[in-house]
Amino acid sequence: MIRGSLVAVGLLISAAALAQGTPAQQGAAQALRPAIVYDLGGKFDKSFNEGVHMGAEKFKKETGVEYRDFEPQTDAQREQALRRFARDGHSPIIAVGFSQESALKKVAAEFPSLRFAIIDSVVPLPNVRSITFKEHEGSYLVGVLAAMASKTGKVGFVGGMDIPLIRKFACGYVQGVKAVKKDAEVFQNMTGTTGAAWNDPVKGGELARSQIDRGADVIYHAAGGTGIGVLRAAADAGKLGIGVDSNQNGLHPGKVLTSMLKRVDVATYTAFAQARDQDWGGHQVLGLKEDGVGWADDEHNKPLITQDMRDAVAKATADIKSGAVKVHDYMADQRCPV
Amino acid sequence: MDATALLTVLDSGLRLSIPLLCACLAGLWSERSGVVDIGLEGKMLVAAFCAAAAAYAAGSAWIGLAAGVAGSLIFALLHGFASITQRGNQIVSGVAVNMLAAGLTAVIGNAWYGQGGRTPPIEGPQRFGDAVLGHSVLVCLALAAVPITWFVLNRTRFGLRLRAVGENPAAVDTAGISVSALRYAAVMLGGVLCGLSGAYLSISQSAGFLPGMTAGKGFIALAALIFAKWRAWPALGACYLFGLLDAIAIRLQGVVLPGIGEVPVQAVQALPYAMTVIVLAGVIGRAIPPRAAGVPYVKER
Repeated sequence: MIRGSLVAVGLLISAAALAQGTPAQQGAAQALRPAIVYDLGGKFDKSFNEGVHMGAEKFKKETGVEYRDFEPQTDAQREQALRRFARDGHSPIIAVGFSQESALKKVAAEFPSLRFAIIDSVVPLPNVRSITFKEHEGSYLVGVLAAMASKTGKVGFVGGMDIPLIRKFACGYVQGVKAVKKDAEVFQNMTGTTGAAWNDPVKGGELARSQIDRGADVIYHAAGGTGIGVLRAAADAGKLGIGVDSNQNGLHPGKVLTSMLKRVDVATYTAFAQARDQDWGGHQVLGLKEDGVGWADDEHNKPLITQDMRDAVAKATADIKSGAVKVHDYMADQRCPV
Repeated sequence: MDATALLTVLDSGLRLSIPLLCACLAGLWSERSGVVDIGLEGKMLVAAFCAAAAAYAAGSAWIGLAAGVAGSLIFALLHGFASITQRGNQIVSGVAVNMLAAGLTAVIGNAWYGQGGRTPPIEGPQRFGDAVLGHSVLVCLALAAVPITWFVLNRTRFGLRLRAVGENPAAVDTAGISVSALRYAAVMLGGVLCGLSGAYLSISQSAGFLPGMTAGKGFIALAALIFAKWRAWPALGACYLFGLLDAIAIRLQGVVLPGIGEVPVQAVQALPYAMTVIVLAGVIGRAIPPRAAGVPYVKER
């Protein structure tokens, strides 16, 4: 905290020395007191929220700037938490997850001098930076890998809450699978329709087992904490899982084919770092081209990825970047073509 | 649906019904003695946490099971003390147990492991693996508890007295038998069964504890208890039915049935609750609880 205030004081002095800054700039410089409101999965979900946490921790380590965070237990707490951070003068305040959209819309409008950011949703206010990802592109890549790793020609997908965003993951994945094997079968399951679906590993495990029973041998999850049960069930059955958001390859080394990386850590770090810049707001869409999504390649899954797979996924990456392959975005028209 | 698919659904139904069954039998013991227990959920949660934490620390699933049972027993005694010795309101005490368990497990878990209340994942010998026909030892224990409960409750002197305490405690008291001793015994038996249920959840069915991982199973067990009209064998049937519905709901997702179209999963998931309401409304016979259930016993002075 002391270091944090020292930095802030230092900035104030330099801002005063310049003595030319607009009020907005001074306000921004004065107020690097970042705060985060996580989504229901909690900051140690080994997945989406944990990615944000890692980004924030990295920033803290490098700059010494402390940040505050809050893990809501219920939907109603989101707005309270955002408002409390705003009242305390925190800026930027990062709202993690699409479900904070309505709460953030309200609070951000009440505190126009503070800076906010939202991950996974779009709030069109001048003081809010909206960050979304092209999850369909990353999912396409792991779909390619899944189809090539599958021996049965059947692969699975387990989603968390049944919402368009998760359908977007599923749709990109199916497209990737079908691009490799036209006749491959993809089983899709959603865990539930409420926030509890992000945190139910028992149900996730059962869903994965039901897909394995039907012949699936590679299962991709986009289900936060629920996915821990999915990866566990796949590993127990001697099949392969695919992680999501953070790199989950190390959870069951040799049993996790890869992870679809969604670089929320980078997005968080960048948001903290740019909080003093003049420009804020706007809508950032991070895809393959921007290194916002990708697939995890590390020592844990090295034996699972053959050279053929590496080549195929490299080609798919290049094709998507160049525009030769267009991965359909489910959220564009609420429909999946495959 | 071919034979293997049917078998896997039946199998999955069994796995999902075990936590319900143990909790349901726990409720049965407690309520048959006249102590209403809506704290099943909380005791399961405490047991799940203790089991995972102890299994992780000691490296043995059996020590985990013992710790789970012990944790659940402490909470059962708490409920017993409030509702038997202090003659407090049993519903309030049960709610308190639930809230205390939900908060305490998350807070202690976070303080110990710093992972948002989660315990570290448990592996290998820390966990009950598949032992009998693809099921763990705990499944056998849970299934064995059904005939034991039936026998003790219906064929032994202890069981007779226990049932009498739940119907007419004054008569039992008149016969010179301690009402509170019998009720404490019943509540503790419930604690042991809840411990088994929670341990199954965290160190057999999954691998580790998560805050709130019981996800309302304690309340479904209560519904099953009413559905089974407070009897042991029907409790097995009710819990297996609820487990099976859960398993079917999982497999029905997105499946298009001929003539019906895509089945909304929520409809299947709501079935246990709908059936309980139907039973309570007296459509399928009447469910009559033990007469003295929920009433603290006050000795006449």
